[in-house]
Amino acid sequence: MKPQTAPGFAMGQAGAAEGWNRPPVIVPEGDGELLEVSMGPHHPSTHGVFRMDVALDGERVVRLKPVFGYLHRNHEQIAETASYLAMMPYTDRLDYFCSLSNNWAYAVAVEKLVGQAVPERAEYIRVILAELTRVQNHASAIGFLIQEMGASGTPLMYAFREREKILDLFEGLTGSRMMCNYMRFGGCRVDVSAAWLDATRKVVAGLPGFVDEYEALLTGNEILMARCQGVGVLKPDLAVNAGITGPMLRASGVNYDIRRVDHYGIYDRFKFRVPLGDHGDIYDRYMVRVLEMRESIGILEQALKDIPAGPVMDPKAKIRGFKPKPGEAYGRIEAPKGELGFYLISTGAAEPYRYRVRPPSLINLTVLEDMCLGQNVADVVLIFGSVDIVLGEVDR
Amino acid sequence: MKTVEEIKAAIVAAVPGAGVEIVPNPSPSSQHSLLLKPEHAVAVAYFLRDEAELALDFLSNVTGVDWLDKEVVEKVKVTKPVTKTVDGVEQTVEETVEETRKHVEPGYLEAVYHLYSMRKKHGPVVIRMRTANRTDKVELPSLTPVWRSAEFQEREVFDLYGIVFKGHPDLRRLLMWPEFTDYPMRKDYVEPDDFEYEPTAHDKVLERAKTHQQQGSESRDQGSEKTHAGEAR
Repeated sequence: MKPQTAPGFAMGQAGAAEGWNRPPVIVPEGDGELLEVSMGPHHPSTHGVFRMDVALDGERVVRLKPVFGYLHRNHEQIAETASYLAMMPYTDRLDYFCSLSNNWAYAVAVEKLVGQAVPERAEYIRVILAELTRVQNHASAIGFLIQEMGASGTPLMYAFREREKILDLFEGLTGSRMMCNYMRFGGCRVDVSAAWLDATRKVVAGLPGFVDEYEALLTGNEILMARCQGVGVLKPDLAVNAGITGPMLRASGVNYDIRRVDHYGIYDRFKFRVPLGDHGDIYDRYMVRVLEMRESIGILEQALKDIPAGPVMDPKAKIRGFKPKPGEAYGRIEAPKGELGFYLISTGAAEPYRYRVRPPSLINLTVLEDMCLGQNVADVVLIFGSVDIVLGEVDR
Repeated sequence: MKTVEEIKAAIVAAVPGAGVEIVPNPSPSSQHSLLLKPEHAVAVAYFLRDEAELALDFLSNVTGVDWLDKEVVEKVKVTKPVTKTVDGVEQTVEETVEETRKHVEPGYLEAVYHLYSMRKKHGPVVIRMRTANRTDKVELPSLTPVWRSAEFQEREVFDLYGIVFKGHPDLRRLLMWPEFTDYPMRKDYVEPDDFEYEPTAHDKVLERAKTHQQQGSESRDQGSEKTHAGEAR
């Protein structure tokens, strides 16, 4: 294949709008011969079924188009045939690493739609579960990133060792390790026992040691620094314009954490800092995740100390015959991967008229091409890994 | 943060002829939205993004909604002149009659955008645009030039609802495969019996194989009758 000009937006429409925040055009060197590689859908680094159509000039990436939909099941349409509560277990399947955050985001949206209050103890339980989820998600995300760098197994197994302990806690409380289906509109499904809280305290007490060990293994590692520093840089203005959220946005130096901005739940009561990156490269994303784990452990310690007694379900919460009044609501939380939002329209029926998931994984991939252009093809795998996606949420 | 009314006033002052309407939201979330006219939507979007006090630099969520044609039945009181015979004299009397009238309100496709500000840390401001109908006039201006985060999300709305975003740089299907023709999230969508079916050269071969198998099984059955009747399939 010998294109006359640089391919740029070869697949775009003619007469598309100029002046938009488009990816830069890379001009091939030498004879301009390009190699088109279809990475995926079963590439081991794609975390599932995901494909990238990459055009290469030697080793350099000159074009990259993500291809989605291999796991598409029209999650949003299923919701239009199911009652509000029946969608709660389905939300577990979106981002199956963080089912409890998905539960919470959906509960926040429905509670906004009907104006439902949540008892204090339930809020504390939600915070504890969400922060445990964040710790295990970030640990695994880093593990996968390092695995894609070639360190097959070791760091990932360190992360999974801790993840096992956290999943055991989830299983003890909800009955399931990953598909937890735990939160309800106006509280939580069951109360936590004193024994469970003690077990959680024990696990949380061990977490700082784990992060120290993880950092000793990785942060100063020469190979990690060589492969990650200055690779896959994302500028803050593009990150904001492209709607990037979560650790990726903060690694680019934009101070935006929905726990701080929206004050949802009871995050006002906890002392925590929002770690920010400086360069917006892979290394910063790694560091931001490590620091967020440390802040999450801090929140966990405070929440486990202060958790009050009381009911876990609002006694006035309606469960049977749940039919919200006509209207709409958009509720969002800071999920481990970014802003997870649910947009609901009710027409007064038992099932939502419109149910929309705002998936952080999909929208964070908007800038994948921008980050990869001009980089080596071996770095595409790393840059992709640093975005931290789950295909269940990308394709829905 | 400004209220919806104040934002509307600011838009009307800045973009002449913008024609913004407020769509009230009766739910406790009270996230009221602004309905934009498609022809001025891009100008309004630039204003919302760049105006110093609003600074809505973060487009969080883009969604489509399908509103079907509605048949409205209403009872109307109509005053009509009626000719009546009163006391042997013909008179024209005004009489009020209740009539049932039916009319169809055309449906439309709607694109909903949720905006926040990362600089000012406020939001959401909800804006929406509506197409003229659900069948042929389904074009809306793309806001991807204003907010890049609409790039994939508008593609998804195009894919699932069939709203054509004019000015989108790369409007292709996102989740469904390119050969797919329908729009699965529309309310009147009917699933095909067989998603996998596509006519291929194999169809003829399969037909032939079927007749071949029938013939084969017939001859086999006959054969088995002759020998082991009990084991015949």
